[in-house]
Amino acid sequence: MRAFKVFGLLMVVVMVLSACAPAAAPAAGGAAAGGEIKIAILAPLSGPVPTFGLSTKEGATLAVKEWNDKGGVLGKKIVAIVEDSQCTPDPAVNAANKVINQDKVKYIVGEVCSKASIPVSEIANEKKVVQISGTSTNPSVVRDAAGKVKPFTFVACFNDDTQGKVIAKFAKENIKAKTAFIMLDQANDYVKGLAEYFEKYFTADGGTIVGKETYTSKDTDFSTVLAKIAEAKPDVVVLPDYYNIVNLVTKQAKEKGITAPFIGGDGWDSPDLDPKAADGGFFTNHYSPTEDREKVKTFVKNYGEAYKNDKGEPKTPDALAALAYDATNILIEAISKAGEDDATKVADTIAKGKFEAVSGSITFDEFHTPIKPVTVIAVKDGKVTFNSQVMP
Amino acid sequence: MQNTLVEQNSPPVDLKPRMSLAWVGKAFLIALSLLIVYLLGTNLAKNPSLFANIILSGLQMGFVYAMIALGYTMVYGIVKLINFAHGDVFMVGAFVSYYLVYRFNFQNWPALFFPDMPPMVVVVIGTISVIIIAMIVCVLLATTIERVAYKPLRNAPRIAALITAIGVSFFLEFFGALNFVFSPRFIPYTRPFEVVAWYIDGSGIHSIVAGTQPPANAITFSNIFLIIMIVSILVQIFLQFLVKQTKMGIAMRAVSYDKPTARLMGINVDQVISFTFAIGAAFAGLGGVLYAIAYSSINTQMGILPGLKAFVAAVLGGIGSIPGAFVGALIMGQAEALTMGFISTPMRDAVAFAILIIVLLVRPTGIFGEPENEKA
Repeated sequence: MRAFKVFGLLMVVVMVLSACAPAAAPAAGGAAAGGEIKIAILAPLSGPVPTFGLSTKEGATLAVKEWNDKGGVLGKKIVAIVEDSQCTPDPAVNAANKVINQDKVKYIVGEVCSKASIPVSEIANEKKVVQISGTSTNPSVVRDAAGKVKPFTFVACFNDDTQGKVIAKFAKENIKAKTAFIMLDQANDYVKGLAEYFEKYFTADGGTIVGKETYTSKDTDFSTVLAKIAEAKPDVVVLPDYYNIVNLVTKQAKEKGITAPFIGGDGWDSPDLDPKAADGGFFTNHYSPTEDREKVKTFVKNYGEAYKNDKGEPKTPDALAALAYDATNILIEAISKAGEDDATKVADTIAKGKFEAVSGSITFDEFHTPIKPVTVIAVKDGKVTFNSQVMP
Repeated sequence: MQNTLVEQNSPPVDLKPRMSLAWVGKAFLIALSLLIVYLLGTNLAKNPSLFANIILSGLQMGFVYAMIALGYTMVYGIVKLINFAHGDVFMVGAFVSYYLVYRFNFQNWPALFFPDMPPMVVVVIGTISVIIIAMIVCVLLATTIERVAYKPLRNAPRIAALITAIGVSFFLEFFGALNFVFSPRFIPYTRPFEVVAWYIDGSGIHSIVAGTQPPANAITFSNIFLIIMIVSILVQIFLQFLVKQTKMGIAMRAVSYDKPTARLMGINVDQVISFTFAIGAAFAGLGGVLYAIAYSSINTQMGILPGLKAFVAAVLGGIGSIPGAFVGALIMGQAEALTMGFISTPMRDAVAFAILIIVLLVRPTGIFGEPENEKA
């Protein structure tokens, strides 16, 4: 508790200091300096999810480096400005103000977390700066309060509605499930949203929900819920939570003799997922490094060459790295296609364009959200492997 | 120092409601118990095997709480301190066993020295040695905490020691959450032995084979449940023996009853207090290891809720009473499991702490507690 307070105080100091700086700077809109195009990357390098930030930074800077090796864009060199936005609204807003007013960028990649991307999108649209977030799944990132699309903001990932739909479709068609049991954490919007969308599409398609049980994120003992699942005998159990809960539930389910497969969303994607416990389960994700597609293979190879882990082995890019890489590539490709270093034209090009990305072939719908296949990943024999791509 | 706001010997607050209002509370309690009986009865009739499964999961929880609650109750009995850092000692026990098993594969040490030993014996000896090391670390930790944080405050107002205890608790949680200590992640726990589960149905006991589902009316249980139950009961018996039959036990009771007189009788009071902390910590460490084995995920905040619920169990049983802590813990486990099973899962913590409030209002001394006769 106390640690948070100290942290909060520090944040206030940082805020005051950075709020002073842009006030003195002239209004945005000035031309970028001579032979370079600047792109800001807002990544949560500190704060609650630092691994998300590191992956994002690495994915985005890899894309920039590859373009520069090919001679940049429009004959100009691309300069990446990385700012720590902490997955928190205030630091993210300060970082956005800094890069727009001081560094005069016209393009922002990020933030990662929806709650930070939303306030950044307000500034970006006011200042007419193109923003593309790799991983913010909340619909409010691209829609304003009135439900209208924000003209300068894009995301490179599917939203939770699509994900829930794909989980339902996969359960129906690939697992051949007729009955499902839903486990959800009522206090987590992400989990709740996915569960609701799943239920909507699963029942619309003729499936039956045989039971629905809630738990809290602090629970460690799921035996009573599992006893009810054992009684209900569903064809599939839906558990759209993060990997830590998944580890606990699936391990305890095995001990109760529950054989129905567990299925979830991109929250399962973590190096900490216990593949032995979750064996037989499936989850939807943005991409899989084991997919046999040329674009994916080149990306995994280049990423591994550019970044090493503590042991000096090549790193395997996770979904966050892949989406940041995609977001940056879409942005630069759009600048190249627009033929002009102009934010309005670039935004227009992204909205109308078609892009070949690591996470699939992308076109954008009217809400600046990609229409692309969702990857389903299977947990089998202690490994997490690509299973199929499902078009929503 | 003596002029602090809270006086050490302030008269006990009268917690009994005024006579004219007492019947409202009584009627409420009677209605509540009737409702509970009705809820349990209908559910038992509806699905006996589900009911039995839920009772078993409640028992498992209850036996773990019992091991933690003993530490609360003993420390309170002797120094009148609610040791809020106790739940975090429990967490440390789980982490020590995690490092021994996952990093050093320590549970296999007998196989290195005695290659001919049958694997079953290796696992048993290995697991017991993991548990013993975790208990030793917890004992060292608890005695250090006692020496550093509580002993200097022994003659200060009781509230000062209580606040220190909360401080120590936060310290352990957030220090443990540093990346170079335990890290704040949820870590999947590697068990030192494999879980074997069985189910009982009409035709007897069968073991559960992976990939097949037991029949609908089966009651399932695992070797972990049996281990937790047996260990918890043994701990209880051991403590009864320790307190009633040994010299140290007599000293503990004497210190609990009257510290200055005990000191005059030649009892080393400080040593007895340290010993009490050590015993409580050893069982918290044991409970931590068994809890981690049972639920197989650990993180630095894992001690908070079990710790608080064990505290409620100790109050329910009558704080200061060892059999009380045991019975209170079993009741807490059932209350929680039945709430999860027949009301709703998120309600379980609310019910657990509602029990604390009801006990404090109706019978502050708990089930086994005797009305406090003020001494000194």
